[in-house]
Amino acid sequence: MHLDDLAEQAATIRARDAETAHEIRVCMAASCQSSGSGQVLDALRAGVEPQSSSCRVKGVGCMGLCSAGPLVAVAAPGDTLNASRLYRDVTPADAPAILDNLGKPDPIERLHCPTDQPFFTAQHRIVLEHSGQIDPDSLDDAIAVGGYSALVHALTELTPGEVIREITTSGLRGRGGGGYPTGLKWSTVAKMPGPQKYIVCNADEGDPGAFMDRAVLESDPHRVIEGMAIAAYAVGASKGYVYVRAEYPLAVERLTNAIRKAKRAGFLGSQIADTQFSFEIELRLGAGAFVCGEETALMASIQGLRGQPRPRPPYPAEAGLWGCPTLINNVETFANIAPIVREGGAWFAALGTEGSKGTKVFALAGTIVNTGLIEVPMGTRLAHIIEVIGGGIPGGGRVKAVQTGGPSGGCIPRAHLDTPVDYDSLKGLGTIMGSGGMIVMDERSSMVDVARYFMEFCMTESCGKCVPCRTGTQQMHALLERIAAAEAGRAELALLEELCEVVQATSLCGLGQTAPNPVLSTLRYFRDEYESRLVD
Amino acid sequence: MPGPASQPKVRVVTFRVDDQDLSAREDETLIEVCREHRIPIPSLCYLEGLSVWGGCRLCMVEIVGQPRLAAACSTRVIEGMEVRTDTERLRRYRRILVELLFAERAHVCSVCVSNGHCELQTLAQRCGVDHMRMPRRPVSYPVDSSHEMFRLDHDRCILCTRCVRVCDEIEGAHTWDVMGRGSDCRVITDMAQPWAESETCTSCGKCVQVCPTGALVKQGTSVGEMVKDQHFLPILARRRQPR
Amino acid sequence: MSLHRPKPALPSDDTRWKLVNATMRRNGYADHALIETLHSIQNAFGYLDETALRFVAAALDVPLSKVFGVATFYHLFRLKPKGRHTCVVCTGTACYIKGAGVLVDALRAHHQVEPGETTADGALSVLTARCVGACGLAPAAVVDGEVVGKLAPEALLARLDRLDAAPAPPGLPASSRPRAPA
Repeated sequence: MHLDDLAEQAATIRARDAETAHEIRVCMAASCQSSGSGQVLDALRAGVEPQSSSCRVKGVGCMGLCSAGPLVAVAAPGDTLNASRLYRDVTPADAPAILDNLGKPDPIERLHCPTDQPFFTAQHRIVLEHSGQIDPDSLDDAIAVGGYSALVHALTELTPGEVIREITTSGLRGRGGGGYPTGLKWSTVAKMPGPQKYIVCNADEGDPGAFMDRAVLESDPHRVIEGMAIAAYAVGASKGYVYVRAEYPLAVERLTNAIRKAKRAGFLGSQIADTQFSFEIELRLGAGAFVCGEETALMASIQGLRGQPRPRPPYPAEAGLWGCPTLINNVETFANIAPIVREGGAWFAALGTEGSKGTKVFALAGTIVNTGLIEVPMGTRLAHIIEVIGGGIPGGGRVKAVQTGGPSGGCIPRAHLDTPVDYDSLKGLGTIMGSGGMIVMDERSSMVDVARYFMEFCMTESCGKCVPCRTGTQQMHALLERIAAAEAGRAELALLEELCEVVQATSLCGLGQTAPNPVLSTLRYFRDEYESRLVD
Repeated sequence: MPGPASQPKVRVVTFRVDDQDLSAREDETLIEVCREHRIPIPSLCYLEGLSVWGGCRLCMVEIVGQPRLAAACSTRVIEGMEVRTDTERLRRYRRILVELLFAERAHVCSVCVSNGHCELQTLAQRCGVDHMRMPRRPVSYPVDSSHEMFRLDHDRCILCTRCVRVCDEIEGAHTWDVMGRGSDCRVITDMAQPWAESETCTSCGKCVQVCPTGALVKQGTSVGEMVKDQHFLPILARRRQPR
Repeated sequence: MSLHRPKPALPSDDTRWKLVNATMRRNGYADHALIETLHSIQNAFGYLDETALRFVAAALDVPLSKVFGVATFYHLFRLKPKGRHTCVVCTGTACYIKGAGVLVDALRAHHQVEPGETTADGALSVLTARCVGACGLAPAAVVDGEVVGKLAPEALLARLDRLDAAPAPPGLPASSRPRAPA
């Protein structure tokens, strides 16, 4: 297949779609579905003639503003989310009114959710550019918006080395938490000798309060497949695995479907786009173990073993799955690949800050008006995200702290909300970017309680292999329980701090090494809350 | 005259450990080299002849110029590296790790058949652990005395997995494994049934000999009588390598 | 020398074993298919019993203790049958901050059941999950496969009371229903 053929195919699909005047898009991502968007979709479909030339009803992916779901957008075919007329909190009973309103100059006032508000206009969507616009189960929809054109471009016009150079130029860093330069990782795997190499997509999004990867998989699965295939071409791999949480049945279903369709259309399989390049993707389901987000544990799990990490080196790039060189990136990282290859690394590098390029998807949750999914350029100030995009605290309360990075991260107090969000600034504040969970807490939240919550999480998610993580998290949790209950004194607090140091320094993997972070960061900014509970 | 036999391409590197100049093959680990030169590095999961586990974290050492500590059992020697094995900081960490192990299960040395011959006990003495600052985890496990020759006492187990590895890698039976996760981990035989009912155990006793504590012992021993003998391990490991 | 590895017979003529066998066959009876196979057993039977674990161990030629170790490592696998109804309380951060603990306490007080357990009459299994991904609806629970959000404890208890009258659903709760890739 030539790039021109694909472009022609896309144009044909767009022309066909354009014959319909209106497109009604119902969010069918997990959050809106649990608010009943399925029934809304059925009601709208029931009100439209099956072969209607004026209106098409389709299920789409996440539109971001989850707290206002079910969301329904009315648009002209090809319109972006922001150009559409958006309705919030829609019920099946609203379907006739929405259909009735098609083509009318004014939206239905009581349901209207203006897309010119900062929640939508202040975002910069690259990863989520087609999320909420296309039907994730339709390959045609993906192709119409340029899907797989980056893959065909890479295969037919670029050498593997040129692809890696674009990724390196882009400055993209791993979106799973560590922030390792993606181009460097790719070139390491590419340079490893050996006939068999693997690509792994880490979709074991386990941070409580984080749902970025789930939304990407549910909304635009072909984007992830395309990124993986480009990576495989660049490093010389022929087989890929997506390791996805079993707790995400909808993402699993859509990904399975997308893989099947991509294979049938020749974007996966052998001799892709009439080149010598072949690539297969298989799905592997997790089974409820947070530690499997750690890359060596993840590989153990793919191989059917207990998900326990092993010492590194050797790194997966050297000896990964079944001892072969393996490239592991997370969902959002792979979702950034196609636009970089399409637009060029320099385009991507122009976005963001010196050390952190591009955009980042965040899951806003907690005590905030607009909970949901947002994508902003790296370097956006935290206050801008919380107050402007997120709409601040409900009822006008004050932010006390923002938790980022989940159980490996820390709490940022209000005094530091002016910080730009990038890898290095967050690290300086004693937290991490993590995968992108952002939990907002108001004055009523107890920081000791937050630390105890995350320590309990790490304790139950510890795999049990190494002593400091297995027993240290359990002792630290017991100490936090006693401090929270005002049963502990200075000696216990000192012991807690000492345990933090030992567990951080001696644990085998990232889970244990970062488990003390929530305690250390709350001690750093909210020490008085601990001390006020001490009994001596 | 025959030419020189073709040599495998393994380089020899030189480096310093605690101000002592050493040399070793580049595929050797720090703990192997240190043991060879009688530089004491504590460890409870590492055992020559078994695969590396990296779980006890007692063999952590400092490498000059490297921010993170390194586990000596899973770190290869590198040309020019400078290693410290006995700093104040490492001693403090080791003491806490041993304390954590004591607090995890009900280790009562005075009534243990391995008293005086226990690797955990010896290490605690060397590290200067003389009292406990942490409360013991309030969980107790039953003793499995079903096997006619051996006994398993979970309260004395430190989950080092030496039994699991020797059974799998040397004996080839894979009777042992670990069930559960985190603090709830427990060594098991087959489907977590009484040892005597195991269909795969060959009663070879290797697990008992490699166990560093009194968790796996011979039946009929009394307090302080259980002495382990591990000299068979490197020999068997060598002989069972594919030749 | 090659040793013969006998294929074990299916444990019974229950047709669900054929589904399980198909998963193993698709993976060439390789040992790395263990977790996939456990998923397919739990999908078919609702939980993993000893017969099933022994069958998988024999069919994939994996040691018994290893199978048991894997089955107990992953919290999604159940070794006991679940109750007629299931309530999974999300304890992700967003739900925790908005009162997931109160929901668990209410279940504990009203149904005398701890998370991870089933009531004595086998009517209700209560589980907790690390984020069901409905953070926008916090606090949320999954009742018989259906996500219910923005829950107060009274609303949850009332919802469960209504279940008692209705017949049990056929499937597993969505949050614990892994689907094998086709």
